[in-house]
Amino acid sequence: MKKITGIIIALSMCACFTWAFAGCSKSYDGEINVYNWGENISTGEDGSMDVIAEFEKECNIKVNYTNYETNEEMYNILKNSNSNYDVIIPSDYMISKLIDEDMLAEINFDNVPNFSNIMERFKNPEFDKENKYSVPYTWGVVAMVYNKEMVNEKPTGWDALWNEKYSGEILMFNNSRDAMAIAMQMCSINPSVVTKEDIDKATEKLMEQKPLLKKYVMDQVFTEMEGDQSALAPYYAGDIAMMMENNENLDYVLPEEGSNLFIDSMCIPKNSKNKEGAEKFINFMLEAETAKANADYIGYATPNQAAYDLMDEDTKNNELIYPPKEYTDKCYTFYNLPDDVYSYMQEQFVKAQS
Amino acid sequence: MKSRKPSIPYLIWMVIFTLIPLVTIVYYAFTDKSGHFSFEPFKNAFFYSDIFARSLWIAFVSCLICILLAYPMAYIISRCKEKTQSMLIMLITIPMWMNFLLRIYAWVILLQNNGPIDTALSLLGINVDLMNSEGAVILGMVYEFLPFMILPIYTVMSKIDNRLIEAAQDLGSNGFHIFRKVVLPLSIPGIISGVTMVFVPSASTFLVAQYLGGTDNIMIGDIIDKIFWTDQNTGSAISLMLMAAILVFLIVMNLFGDEEAIS
Repeated sequence: MKKITGIIIALSMCACFTWAFAGCSKSYDGEINVYNWGENISTGEDGSMDVIAEFEKECNIKVNYTNYETNEEMYNILKNSNSNYDVIIPSDYMISKLIDEDMLAEINFDNVPNFSNIMERFKNPEFDKENKYSVPYTWGVVAMVYNKEMVNEKPTGWDALWNEKYSGEILMFNNSRDAMAIAMQMCSINPSVVTKEDIDKATEKLMEQKPLLKKYVMDQVFTEMEGDQSALAPYYAGDIAMMMENNENLDYVLPEEGSNLFIDSMCIPKNSKNKEGAEKFINFMLEAETAKANADYIGYATPNQAAYDLMDEDTKNNELIYPPKEYTDKCYTFYNLPDDVYSYMQEQFVKAQS
Repeated sequence: MKSRKPSIPYLIWMVIFTLIPLVTIVYYAFTDKSGHFSFEPFKNAFFYSDIFARSLWIAFVSCLICILLAYPMAYIISRCKEKTQSMLIMLITIPMWMNFLLRIYAWVILLQNNGPIDTALSLLGINVDLMNSEGAVILGMVYEFLPFMILPIYTVMSKIDNRLIEAAQDLGSNGFHIFRKVVLPLSIPGIISGVTMVFVPSASTFLVAQYLGGTDNIMIGDIIDKIFWTDQNTGSAISLMLMAAILVFLIVMNLFGDEEAIS
């Protein structure tokens, strides 16, 4: 009997903890579920702005914040689970896919007056021509990061990732679209829109590369590069800037053949239960101060003119983050692929890896 | 006959969380993307047979190492004073209080180049790449699942009646004979549940290989994870094959185990 009492007490203690953590605070006027990339919002570390806390304070709306690592993971959760999200931040091609499948709600821009802060060149993007569903959040290019101690001559293009000299020290995207795009550029194919034959060629190129690779990575790239574990890797420019801050041995290359220009935008899924709350959140994210705090924290370029104007000169002139127009003109943006082509790409990528 | 009413909630639980998912997996495994009956998923699944075999092999080796490490340990613990026993068991379970990914990540830091272990080894003049190998994956698995082997074996051993051992001693058995004729047969059920708790999850685990292995150490769990993004049918077929393989393994082991326990 004593034991059973003990178990009951222990369990109720657990329950109390949960309750204390979950409900330790005041009541809110509502809540929104935000589903965002990992490390994609300013958290208040090192004196930065805690964006979510500020928003909760200002609008009295509770934010349930969760992370995903890839667009596909986000898509699967959105499509196949019954979970409800109010704000998501997918990339360009995923947005056009979500629009095609009627999974996004039209944003009421009357509730988002700060949209006027967005630079003209990022309004009405290719994937959302009338700009009804998306509000740009960050943009950037895919670049290459390398360790100066391990790579003696500065690489110029993607072919460095196929260079036998660095065998066993090369990292590659663990994400079909990005990995395939680089392989396609190596085969002189434009990765914006592709066919199954293009994918076959890229798959072969990737299989050729596999023996030289150390790992297929996504977020692991940070520890690998910052800890001097690997020589070179393709990754998103904003993240490379972050790695370079943490390790002096690192430097970047904008591949001469051009690269992928990506835009991540805030959207509201159709099944959102609190669309107004979501619009308030988006509007809050567009405020100059918030957008600057986020851009500073994430390290990606901001499409927000008001925030850009607040940046220091060093950041504005950093070509990794804000590549010159001549370079972005050489870049391509992903479009949505038909379902069968996309699954073919995904499957071929898994096969190339196995 | 006793009333069956108390079991109803559990039955409902089983139907919703075991039976329905299982039927769904079987359904997907035997249909193509348009929902027609097809063996296509299994044909696709065979592409991954190498990885499949390798995963079972890694699980098998990890399981074996776990037994070799856990058995003596469980024996030693069960022979300790009662107070020491509970303290030792607590020490074994403490790492499980921490998040699984965190612990794997700790191994990444420990094993990486110029990490503590690598530095220590190179001081001794040994230069090997510890990370990104099959060995690292097995190490991660053993570390992860060892407590699940120790606990069931220990539970069974601590229940062995000391008088049985004394009786064997009275009848003239030496230490080895006591172990062979008394302790081992009585602890077989513990080994069997330990193997079930280690082999099954390690055969289907993912992320461990992603973190500790290289490009050639990908495991079937990772493949299922990736393939499910776009192709639930093939993913289901692989899962089903994995379940079948594990089932066969468990049946064989149980048959063997029963005989052993009886003799």
